[in-house]
Amino acid sequence: MTVVEILIYACLAIGVVFNSLGVIGLLRFPDLYTRMHAATKATTFGSIFTSLAVVVYGLSMFFSQSDSQYLTLAIHAFLAAAFLAFTNAVSAHAIARAAYRSGIKPALAVVDRLEEA
Amino acid sequence: MIDIWILTVLCLTVLMAFAVIRLVLGPTAPDRVIALDTVNTLVIASMILLGVVFQQIIIVDVAIVYGLLSFVSTLYIAKYIGGEL
Repeated sequence: MTVVEILIYACLAIGVVFNSLGVIGLLRFPDLYTRMHAATKATTFGSIFTSLAVVVYGLSMFFSQSDSQYLTLAIHAFLAAAFLAFTNAVSAHAIARAAYRSGIKPALAVVDRLEEA
Repeated sequence: MIDIWILTVLCLTVLMAFAVIRLVLGPTAPDRVIALDTVNTLVIASMILLGVVFQQIIIVDVAIVYGLLSFVSTLYIAKYIGGEL
């Protein structure tokens, strides 16, 4: 195993582990806001790492075979990961705002500072 | 070298099935939107990996467009739930 293969395996393992943690949190947490906390952050982190594995694979194949197809693969995978990071954060904020406006409260909360403000 | 990519895609597919459980169960509408958003993120991640499995760059481009469309649809559903539409 070369260094690049170890790097790709590590990125894929980190990605799968964090995606699994996100989905377990989505299934197990008690109310909407904690589910959102688990699902959005962990899933975004894991998906960025699986895309990073593709970027490493594309760059290593480009430098070993000098075929520009692999450079295109790496750049497009990086672009997809960047879009994923930005859009997931914005859409999670929008859903949290909409859920608060529609009257959903956290399950175990005793004080609502947002309503008092 | 190809096998590890297919294995990762299979793991992500199983996770998608578990997220669909929350999509069916979810007591409120925002729960379902969160579950759908998770499924979309996992679909994008596995599309990028499938681009390596099949050696087709076009799948990664489809993943980018899919991500932007799911972003727009999630924003619209959020507007609808918040009562601003």
